[in-house]
Amino acid sequence: MCAMRPEPGHEPGDSAPGKDSGPGNLDQSDHPALGEQAWKAVLTPEEIRRALSRIAHEILERTHGGEGIVLLGIPTRGVYLARRLAARIGEFEGTPAPVGSLDVTLHRDDLRLRPARALQRTEVPPDGVDGKIVVLVDDVLFSGRTVRAALDALNDLGRPRSVQLAVLVDRGHRELPIRADYVGKNLPTAHREAVRVLLAESDGEDSVLLGERDQ
Amino acid sequence: MNRHLISAADLSRDDAVLILDTAAELASVADRPIKKLPTLRGRTVVNLFYEDSTRTRTSFEAAAKRLSADVINFSAKGSSVAKGESLKDTALTLEAMGSDAIVVRHPASGAPRRLADWTSGRVINAGDGTHEHPTQALLDAFTIRQRLVGPDQRGKGLDGIRVTIVGDVLHSRVARSNVLLLDTLGAEVTVVAPPTLMPWAIESWPCKASYDLDAELRKSDVMMMLRVQQERMSAAFFPTVREYRRRYGLGTGRMALLPEHAIVMHPGPMNRGVEIAAEVADSPRSTIVAQVANGVTVRMAVLYLMLGGAAEASS
Repeated sequence: MCAMRPEPGHEPGDSAPGKDSGPGNLDQSDHPALGEQAWKAVLTPEEIRRALSRIAHEILERTHGGEGIVLLGIPTRGVYLARRLAARIGEFEGTPAPVGSLDVTLHRDDLRLRPARALQRTEVPPDGVDGKIVVLVDDVLFSGRTVRAALDALNDLGRPRSVQLAVLVDRGHRELPIRADYVGKNLPTAHREAVRVLLAESDGEDSVLLGERDQ
Repeated sequence: MNRHLISAADLSRDDAVLILDTAAELASVADRPIKKLPTLRGRTVVNLFYEDSTRTRTSFEAAAKRLSADVINFSAKGSSVAKGESLKDTALTLEAMGSDAIVVRHPASGAPRRLADWTSGRVINAGDGTHEHPTQALLDAFTIRQRLVGPDQRGKGLDGIRVTIVGDVLHSRVARSNVLLLDTLGAEVTVVAPPTLMPWAIESWPCKASYDLDAELRKSDVMMMLRVQQERMSAAFFPTVREYRRRYGLGTGRMALLPEHAIVMHPGPMNRGVEIAAEVADSPRSTIVAQVANGVTVRMAVLYLMLGGAAEASS
């Protein structure tokens, strides 16, 4: 067995704001003086907007007009992205897509490596997920472990017809056989690098930043 | 969170709010087709009950099972305790069987505290003598928050909510835990009891005290009626049940004087017709059934937060 257990710089879907140094939990980007290291913007607000519009179109194309889709965001930032995608789909098609959130904390495989974490909201649209096409939405796809946990969590909610995955950034380094159906940007990274997604809803601005992990 | 949950005073406001928030999320599990989460797979929870209890034991058992923990039920009746085994030896035996947490109810106040010294696992107090019952206080706080703070309750305490706890405060571990926890959460607590059932040194508790129930009715958001615990009363604390009911029982007449939004709580089991009239217990103001359901979710939250993370979490 490979003993390597990389501590991801981006904790995928990490949902405990303020508890660790996960992405977007830091306000250093607003105050460059605080962050010793240089964070490089890899996506501008316009690029994020265009990427989300493209993903919304792709979802409509792949699902033949979005019939029976449910967008489920993984907290925290996946939820905001899911809402934006649902709004875009509403603009393009006239009817907004049902949107909800799916907390995966209780299904994570690294629960025992850290103190118990606070739970985030799970909200499933009233029609449920049975027989629907569920599109999971997250900000960064890294190890794939969050998505695995999300698939397990989804299993307890019902039986979707199919499950798809949309992410804003795919940074590689998968540890599980998981891939995204819709990707905003493929971002080749090194393991020691960290990716931060900032969104207006939680961070006051839209941006994707690349920097060094550890200080 | 502390390593053990022995007293409601062990909980800071942040701890208590975290438990209530976690419970609010876990409440949705009860509505799902599959009422089970894998979170505590491979953990063992022992229910160590030296006193009769249906509600609390089954509530803890349901909570642990919904989180996929293994549950061992140990009741003093029909066990080695009947043969004279001490609490310490029982604890060491359970420890050797690999229990991760012991949920203990004991007639002696302080037994869970002693137990915590002898075991390396977590200890959760499920009621010790006339001392404390912290998970009951948590589920009561959760119920109050659900009913009176409303849907936007996440992260909030019970600031400014006026809670009146009525009855046998002297013998009530529920009252003591509730006074401590509700005060931590910002509620204003008043205890009302006959002079004979008012604890000594009540002025050192973080609450007001009164002998007059009628004076408190109009200014209460929550009426929490306590059970008259005849089994703990070796002396005559009040002349007759009828007189107790007349002065401290909650009937329809007194209920009509409560504010519009006020709720009526009871930790159960009820003595209908003594501390609470049947019409009150069955009225829409009564949260007695909700309290039972909330008991499972709140205990799930406690078990998750105590056992769900790293074994040596910040203790």
